[in-house]
Amino acid sequence: MILRIDNLVKHYGQVRAVDGLSLEIGQGEVLGLVGESGSGKSTVGKCVLRLTEPTSGTIELGGRDITHLSRRAMRPLRRDVHMVFQDPYSSLNPRFTIGQIVAEPLLRHKVAGRREVQERVSAMLEKVGLRQEMRSRHPHELSGGQRQRVGLARALIVEPKLVVADEPVSALDVSVQASVLNLITDLQRDMGFSCLFITHDLSVVEFLADRIAVMYLGRIVESGPTAEIFAAPRHPYTQALLSAAPVADPVRQRERRRIVLGGDVPSPVDPPAGCRFHTRCPLAYDACRTDEPPLRDPRGGDHPAACHLVTADRTPDAAAQ
Amino acid sequence: MSLLEITDLTVGFDTEDGHVQAVRGISLTLGEGEILALCGESGCGKSVTAMSVPRLLPPGTTRLSGSVKLDGRELTTLPEREMRQVRGKDVSVVFQEPMTSLNPSFTVGYQITEVLRRHERLSRQAANGRAVELLELVGIPAPRRRMKEYPHQLSGGMRQRVMIAIAVACSPRVLIADEPTTALDVTIQAGVLDVFRDLRDRLGTAVILITHDLGVVADIADRAVVMYAGRAVEQAPVTELFAHPRHPYTLGLMNALPSAAVDGRLAEIPGMVPSPLTDPDECSFQARCPRAQDDCRAARPPLERHAAGHLAACFHPSGDAPHTPNDGEDPPRGGNR
Repeated sequence: MILRIDNLVKHYGQVRAVDGLSLEIGQGEVLGLVGESGSGKSTVGKCVLRLTEPTSGTIELGGRDITHLSRRAMRPLRRDVHMVFQDPYSSLNPRFTIGQIVAEPLLRHKVAGRREVQERVSAMLEKVGLRQEMRSRHPHELSGGQRQRVGLARALIVEPKLVVADEPVSALDVSVQASVLNLITDLQRDMGFSCLFITHDLSVVEFLADRIAVMYLGRIVESGPTAEIFAAPRHPYTQALLSAAPVADPVRQRERRRIVLGGDVPSPVDPPAGCRFHTRCPLAYDACRTDEPPLRDPRGGDHPAACHLVTADRTPDAAAQ
Repeated sequence: MSLLEITDLTVGFDTEDGHVQAVRGISLTLGEGEILALCGESGCGKSVTAMSVPRLLPPGTTRLSGSVKLDGRELTTLPEREMRQVRGKDVSVVFQEPMTSLNPSFTVGYQITEVLRRHERLSRQAANGRAVELLELVGIPAPRRRMKEYPHQLSGGMRQRVMIAIAVACSPRVLIADEPTTALDVTIQAGVLDVFRDLRDRLGTAVILITHDLGVVADIADRAVVMYAGRAVEQAPVTELFAHPRHPYTLGLMNALPSAAVDGRLAEIPGMVPSPLTDPDECSFQARCPRAQDDCRAARPPLERHAAGHLAACFHPSGDAPHTPNDGEDPPRGGNR
């Protein structure tokens, strides 16, 4: 396992952003962490990078517990895990040239001599499809897609074991998004890094991820292999999420059964007792209001769902209500 | 006669870098109770086109020509005083970010009744009653209690519903919605789109929906105009557009969706949008187009009729081979940005 998170909790004051989350990412695996705003998905990414201090739980990177490492002890491990942000503009230093930005992780980790740095920057720019003359440009001279390529080059130049990507294509137009997604696929195959891909966009994870974990109010409600989640979602929330995303085909879209969720997402300050989803779940019954369902696969596979209604021989159907 | 007729509209802005031509001659119509999607990527001119109807463009630096007629009445030359009556009453707008369009220091109730009292000259009591009805109309539970709340007390989806309630308070003929669900989660988006459908069905409101999301277009629009570099490149009823996209750009957009991946790869549209500072006499998509030939570089293709109600600006449009947007079962598609 490259990454193992066990019972992670992160509270910001009263806000229970992440409230008991466990997940694992294997070597070379892409895990899509999906959720709506306020689900806590970005906080998970920040905890993994130790950009924020977890309240409790453990995070292991390559078998080593990094949960409470000091800044100094963490420093050499920063080579192993890198981040790609949503907005490549605000995450690139506007005063630096592209060459400097991409070289910076190499210099910081002192992994290459001066000449080698230059060679590796050239090679990395080529890998992400940027021409060499971009080296002397500044971020403001680049388009959104080019900037995101720089963000990828910077994250990957020290060959990390794990890349945490938080909505890396969400700010891009569809045509640009397509080329960046193709690029991420190619780079991941060539370099073999593992990836925690955080997004609200189901079609993106369907394209990219090996496995998917769906978050709701600080917890994972369902996880499993991508194809299985899309073909046979088990948790009513996953079913609702999948049914709500419109298909770019008017004939099919207008025939689809949509699951309309009542109400709003409850506040993470005071999440509902029992199953956190019960206030919006069309299938909720008494037990859901009092007992929190565990995340498990009653069929013994690797497709667990935190729902009382998922049993060895039955899957709930939120659309049937 | 259509409810709204835009003819040969051009809109440019004087900027430090020179004259930026955002809209380069677009003509379109909107019928009573029609939901028309204006779609395309950033900078294609879709918002500028729509905002020239209520004339919500920066005065002073905007250079506009062409005609915008609502019920036969020319709006581009209307004195500002009369235009103020048109705005809100005949044409109203819902913006992407409801938090910045609502005033944080007034209650929801005040913000709705203010519109009613100003435009409809209703009494305080009548305006209050009507406001509660409007909140009910857009699907806000417990409307009487919500009236007393401030915008920060509402969720994003609820705020957007309040914005829509304000926009339709005076029963406008035309509602312009600029990426109204882009900032919302998908489960909330579905409900807000239902509100637009409902308004059209119950009040006959015509809607111009500005969106980059083809899933939203497929879900709700009757007709769509695809814009590229300030021009309409294709325009058709929605089922026709998705079944037989003629313009290579439209096809490119559809194939670039993650849901349209073939063998784990997405179709890219190479290159970049041309500069808005220049406008050579050629097809503006030719440099990125897989079908481009010499004639595309020699002249600009006009928007021509290809089937009933289906216009495309291309010398070499896709043929009649039906395009299947997505094969396979019924997988969900995201793309809500």
